[in-house]
Amino acid sequence: MLTQEKQVPALPETDTLLSGGQALLHALVVEGVDTIFGYPGGAIMPIYDALYDFEGDLKHVLVRHEQGGIHAGQGYARSSGKVGVVFATSGPGATNLVTGLADAQIDSTPLVCITGQVFAHLLGTDAFQEADVIGITTPVTKWNYQITDATEIPEVIAKAFHIARTGRPGPVLIDITKNAQLQKFSFQGYTPCNHIRSYRPKPIVRKEYIEQAAELINSAQKPFVLWGQGVMLGSAEQEFKAFIEKTGIPAAWTIMGAGALPSDHPQNVGMLGMHGNYGPNVMTNECDVLIAIGMRFDDRVTGRLDKYAKQAKIIHLDIDPAEIDKNVKTTVPVWGDCKETLPLLTQLVEAKQHTAWLEQFREFEQKEIDAVIREELFPSSGEMTMGEAIQQLNELTKGEAIIVTDVGQHQMVACRYAKLNHTRSNITSGGLGTMGFALPAAIGAKFGALDRTVVAVIGDGGIQMTIQELGTIMQSGIDVKIMILNNQFLGMVRQWQELFHERRYSFVDITSPDYVQVAKGYGIAGRSINQREDLTSALQEMLSHPGSFLLEVMVTKENNVFPMVPQGCSVSEIRLK
Amino acid sequence: MSEQAPIEREEFNITVYTENHIGLLNRIAMIFSRRKINIDSLNTSPSEIEGIHRFNIVINETEEVVSKIARQIEKQVEVLKVYYNTNEDVIWQEMALYKVPTDVIAEKAKVERLLRENGARVVVIRKDYTVFETTGHREETDNLIKVLQPFGLIEFVRSARIAIIKGSEGFNRKLREFERAEPGQEVIENEFLNSREKVFTM
Ligand SMILES: Cc1ncc(C[n+]2csc(CCOP(=O)(O)OP(=O)(O)O)c2C)c(N)n1
Repeated sequence: MLTQEKQVPALPETDTLLSGGQALLHALVVEGVDTIFGYPGGAIMPIYDALYDFEGDLKHVLVRHEQGGIHAGQGYARSSGKVGVVFATSGPGATNLVTGLADAQIDSTPLVCITGQVFAHLLGTDAFQEADVIGITTPVTKWNYQITDATEIPEVIAKAFHIARTGRPGPVLIDITKNAQLQKFSFQGYTPCNHIRSYRPKPIVRKEYIEQAAELINSAQKPFVLWGQGVMLGSAEQEFKAFIEKTGIPAAWTIMGAGALPSDHPQNVGMLGMHGNYGPNVMTNECDVLIAIGMRFDDRVTGRLDKYAKQAKIIHLDIDPAEIDKNVKTTVPVWGDCKETLPLLTQLVEAKQHTAWLEQFREFEQKEIDAVIREELFPSSGEMTMGEAIQQLNELTKGEAIIVTDVGQHQMVACRYAKLNHTRSNITSGGLGTMGFALPAAIGAKFGALDRTVVAVIGDGGIQMTIQELGTIMQSGIDVKIMILNNQFLGMVRQWQELFHERRYSFVDITSPDYVQVAKGYGIAGRSINQREDLTSALQEMLSHPGSFLLEVMVTKENNVFPMVPQGCSVSEIRLK
Repeated sequence: MSEQAPIEREEFNITVYTENHIGLLNRIAMIFSRRKINIDSLNTSPSEIEGIHRFNIVINETEEVVSKIARQIEKQVEVLKVYYNTNEDVIWQEMALYKVPTDVIAEKAKVERLLRENGARVVVIRKDYTVFETTGHREETDNLIKVLQPFGLIEFVRSARIAIIKGSEGFNRKLREFERAEPGQEVIENEFLNSREKVFTM
């Protein structure tokens, strides 16, 4: 073959001459980056040229669309806890990142995206493939910056990683003009950044608020904990568990928080919000002290704000001061990283058991089991349900898998019923609700946690949004289990049309290709089933297959996800049917 | 619907100290536009500290909205500090320039008296026109427009508002603390921590 000999460059001495592209890649190596998801193009070619020599240090995954690249970066970040890194070219490459940036911004996912940009002298001239990437991405990034001179690269990249991963994490975009990528400069070394004058990633923990919070908790008769992703973002799972177990308080989760406490922990009383569990939603309006930990009172969780937990004193623990009082007025704001604040709080609270109160959640749970869950998870007749597919998956994975979900009914079903023994096991697009998220995110999640089984649960609508990423699976050889729950509808929209638009099914009927054939075209094994008796064996086949596998499960067409808090209702008006 | 308290909007002066960074104006403006809040006046200029800019933003809103907006602004990476104050809490000025035909001014002594009464200062006198300047609150600068209109006012322009906070010690000392604490340490801002009602920041 006519390829040139590749050398893996050692970290350069200071004062060596490097191109901007080389300096960037050295920065990534020092930052501990091992995997990059990307797609090349004219304006980022100098960086890709430099990448040719970095094979030993930096694995590059060639995706099939930049949206796939950034969702893969998100999946990687969410499963590994590290910063996801994404490359794209200028213009259309960069604009294809926007959905993923918005998704990462609202779900606080740490990303550093590098986009190529036209030569600096062409900026603002409508040059070929030029777009105002900084302007376009400003509202959907935690920070962005355009580099026009190579000497800026070490400092700016260091800032980018610091900003992406600290405080409330988020996506950062660095746009680098082509001249800066090519420009040679005297490299003065790379020093990671740990301080920016104007940036305070964590608010200062205030003892008096911890004391006030402890006092409220100690005097509460019916305290209730709501937790969100903040627990995981702060790597505070242990601290959280210690707090929960000492206080004996029942705790419920937002979908972004799922898995921070194992599903079968006795104090885990279920999911909050629109399609959450009955008990936690109703009891939100019964508790006397509500302790919100690393969650942001999203409208999908609170329903109508003017009828939300009005009877309760509210303690809100959050690293982002702008979240406190934003939606729900707090009694005690506990500013800070919950990794620091929770142990302080645990120290001051009395050890208790709220047995009778916890029992009330169990009663509601029983009610929900009788009305909804039993029929969803263990139907004895009729067509298959999404719930039983998840239930069987639970049986086989024993809660050890990472579950990546797309958006729609299957997402709500999977998040409600998936058994999760470990943190960072539930990867979903929570805040933006991005269809097309799951397949690429699952690829990224696997790269971020190579030793774990990754199962993507996707609707027949969502899979078709980023189905080209099957090509990424084929080429990278990554092992991802893909489970399509096919109800032949854009199910969640159909459910709303049924419930709130007099069954006027306007454009929700979606036909699918033969997914098994499609997978086969990409060299991926697959199977489609529509009989209950095949479910277990098909799941077994998928899980034990060496390498990726696509399983299509034909489920009942017009099933609804219940319980449900209808739009504009209070959480206590949650409907069981 | 239950009876609702009337919405109490008033003018708030938002003071933002920032790094001097390209694109930040856009980021800050977006915080308002995204919430459909109109900015009545916006001034940005270097502050007394090198490298630090000071924004003065005036909006007509409820305190609740303003405090949330202020937190969102302070969340931006390059923003060092945000304060918000009612008009009573600040000393504020706007500057206005008035261009009038010189011959009219020269001929009519009455105009000169009016100008003097209104505290106007001559900035430039040319054969064809003269430019006056006044500073003050909106009503004051508006008054002179009315006075000059009959005498052939050619052009008028008014600046954005600038405001100085009456109560605070200013940001100067605080910034020095910020800088002394560099690198990597959090600044303890106890006096503000203890007055959460007045100062929303951490
Ligand atoms: C990119 C995008 N477009 C549109 C929507 C609106 N939407 C939410 S759920 C849904 C239907 C999803 O259908 P499907 O993927 O088949 O999953 P199901 O609900 O049937 O499980 C749609 C269209 C969305 N969330 N994201």
